[in-house]
Amino acid sequence: MSVNLSKGQAISLQKSDGGTLSAVRMGLGWKAAPRRGLFGKRSREIDLDASAVLFADKQPVDVVFFRHLVSDDGSVKHTGDNLVGGAGQGGDDEAIMVDLQRIPVHIDQIVFTVNSFTGQTFAEVENAFCRLVDESNGQELARYTLTGGGEYTAQIMAKVHRQGDGWQMTAVGAPTNGRTFQDLMPAMVPHL
Amino acid sequence: MSVELVRGQNHPLPEARLEIRVSAAKPVIAGATLNDEQGRMREAGWIAHPADPHLPGVEVSRQAAADHRLAVDLDALPEEVHRVNLLLALPTGVGGPSTFGVLDAPFVAVTQLDGTEIATYKAAGLDAESAVVALELYRRQGDWKVRAVGQGYAGGLSAMLADQGLPRAEELAATINEAVAAGMARSVAAPPPRTDEDRARREATVGGTQGVLGAGLPGDGPQGPSATASGTVPDVGSQPPGSPSPDGPSPGSQQPTGGQSPAPAEPSSDDGRISYQHPKRRAAQKTSAPAAAAAGAQAAPPGGEAAHAPVAGDANGWSMDERLYNQIWDMFEDLARTVAAYRSAVDFAESRMEAELDKVLSDPRTRVGPAADAARSEARSKQAQLVERARAALDRDLGQLMAEADVVEPALPPAYARWDNPVWHAYSAPMETPMALRLGELSLPESAGLRIPMLARLPLERGLWIDSGNSGAGGASVASSDELRRLAAETATAIAARLAAVYPPGDFTLNVIDPAGSATAALAPLLETGVLPEPPATGAAGVGKLLEKLTQRVDLVQMAVRSGATDALPPDLDTAEQLLLVHDFPYGFDDRAITQLRYLADEGPSVGVNLLMVADREDAREYGPLLSPLWRALMRITPVPDDHLADPWVGHHWTYEPPLVPRGSQVLTQVLREVAQARRTYRNEG
Repeated sequence: MSVNLSKGQAISLQKSDGGTLSAVRMGLGWKAAPRRGLFGKRSREIDLDASAVLFADKQPVDVVFFRHLVSDDGSVKHTGDNLVGGAGQGGDDEAIMVDLQRIPVHIDQIVFTVNSFTGQTFAEVENAFCRLVDESNGQELARYTLTGGGEYTAQIMAKVHRQGDGWQMTAVGAPTNGRTFQDLMPAMVPHL
Repeated sequence: MSVELVRGQNHPLPEARLEIRVSAAKPVIAGATLNDEQGRMREAGWIAHPADPHLPGVEVSRQAAADHRLAVDLDALPEEVHRVNLLLALPTGVGGPSTFGVLDAPFVAVTQLDGTEIATYKAAGLDAESAVVALELYRRQGDWKVRAVGQGYAGGLSAMLADQGLPRAEELAATINEAVAAGMARSVAAPPPRTDEDRARREATVGGTQGVLGAGLPGDGPQGPSATASGTVPDVGSQPPGSPSPDGPSPGSQQPTGGQSPAPAEPSSDDGRISYQHPKRRAAQKTSAPAAAAAGAQAAPPGGEAAHAPVAGDANGWSMDERLYNQIWDMFEDLARTVAAYRSAVDFAESRMEAELDKVLSDPRTRVGPAADAARSEARSKQAQLVERARAALDRDLGQLMAEADVVEPALPPAYARWDNPVWHAYSAPMETPMALRLGELSLPESAGLRIPMLARLPLERGLWIDSGNSGAGGASVASSDELRRLAAETATAIAARLAAVYPPGDFTLNVIDPAGSATAALAPLLETGVLPEPPATGAAGVGKLLEKLTQRVDLVQMAVRSGATDALPPDLDTAEQLLLVHDFPYGFDDRAITQLRYLADEGPSVGVNLLMVADREDAREYGPLLSPLWRALMRITPVPDDHLADPWVGHHWTYEPPLVPRGSQVLTQVLREVAQARRTYRNEG
């Protein structure tokens, strides 16, 4: 059963049967910009980028984004840069897979962000969402809609953090501005 | 809207902040120079290149890459700058193509920050040139414009730099190439990405496709497989430079689907492309593994852990050879990453403890007394706890990898196996060339005895240099200089013998230069069995003659490949892969021989001629920088364990151990006898 998250809401990453999740996928999808006229190349394509920053005690330790697709320890992986978006039907255009069991022991928070690399604000992007999926069975755990995000070019979407022996996800949904994750580092700090 | 420039055409630039995107079929070096109003380079520092990539307003990549994104801010340039030249050059000494003529024309796009193209230019019509001034951005009456230049230089990077007005162009070109090659030369070649496309392509061009020649730092450049064969095999990872996709490929995008496919790349856990590392890897691929398991030489050991019991050949691939190759690369990556996680956690624990101890010390009220002691011991115990947990995670992973190695090692074919593997005793000459050859073993201090086979793709993509010197080898100090030389000669024989054994009869020829006869003992097994049909070349005359023969072969094959007339080669030409084993370099080499050797190192690998040098760099120091490109072109290995090889993912320093035959073992001679016998049979039948 998928939860439509609202800002600040937290869910515990447990399976419905009580077991802990082993791997989750943070998916990002949006609708490609419509073509303008006959010439396909004239559409101003929308390139949203998903990134994940790994923190240990509020210090950034590693980051996974389109230029560094796998964290050094191999536990967080980006499936690759999608530069144009998809059909907007709910499929993931970019995804970051997190192998919760293999995250190094000192990493206690992972912050997920979305940036508009091509500069459109979320007001201009259609059908944009991010969602968290249980990687072992494809079940959607939570979904968060980005559309109507206003005149912002970036969002700090969510964080996954250690909670006891398991993990918890909190929807952050803080709009901000920036082209890549580096621009967002100051904006992330208050949410740690 | 975007304008496609032709050579000489110009176009106004609407903004000061721009991005220049470069796509080429093979990794290229990108650089930029600045000129003043008179078109002169006013300061020697007005150049951005890989060894010094930052200038105010312009930044280039530290690496050679097939795709570049250069950031340009025209407003940030010094006031007196009136022109920015964009330079591209092929890196030398890394085994890539040597001219732009054999590649698709490089494509350059000037774009706004949002990716909208302003102007594009395809630098077509290049032939023997290996460097080109692609574009210039210039100031005209206060406004900036871009012009397509396309001026190529057959003299390469140094000629181009000299033409740009740089005083010591030659030196600078060497520095740049050194910086570019340094990253590549230290890397172990990355495994080919396992996509369906790639696999299909590899199948289609068996023997022609080669893997990556050492990628740069992970994630910093495209790591597509760069085929170095003849320059005619298209690079799978990079897109055709002509494609005017407005956004171009993004540097670092390792997934071929990422750049072009407008369809969402729906990740799925069982297509094998997005594979989790252990323990997930085996769990996720278990469904597709029964065939592999059945073919595997080892049955899963009994026990309750059967679901996670490792199986040899448990990886993707069309043949057992390929599956084992991929599995070993998976293990290599897993070990690299699990150790990275461990080191990162330990470093973090240390730095946190230090910060906490500093804090206690810096506060005069708490510096002494029971509160301070308590704070200190708490900081220490936090550190110890974290390290303990990190250690537990590492042990868990190491245990799993060792269990995997225990079943994989015995299942390896000769090409991948250690000399003490029984498979060598049952050796018989193969019908097909294997994908790769084991050149030794790699380990990390944390890996507790676990050694990963170091596999090099066949045909070899670059020559090997067995360093018989004491310089720079950290672990070498234990052995005396004579002992080192003896071990180096034995390592060379072991590698040459492995190569001779894993190629089908008639597909591999060994040539040996031993000018002073100092390696006679080590070469004896090769000579006695007849695997080396002629005694090693000795003296200056012998060296010259052999080099002449190989140079001629390289020239002929290159010519034939370029003109597409491979059937026109003389019938007596030996088309087998050639290995030239050089002992005691540079003894017996004159200037001409040195030049020929450098030529072979640069041009040989693409046409099947490789070097195996046994040398102490100190012995050749009188040649100075002249030989630097030679050393760089070769992959350095050592006759004793030494930690100088980096992995392509996180860049750990791995300790390399050479594939020496166990003392007292006769396996080498036995195998070589079998090789010689198979060759005789082959010749009689042919």
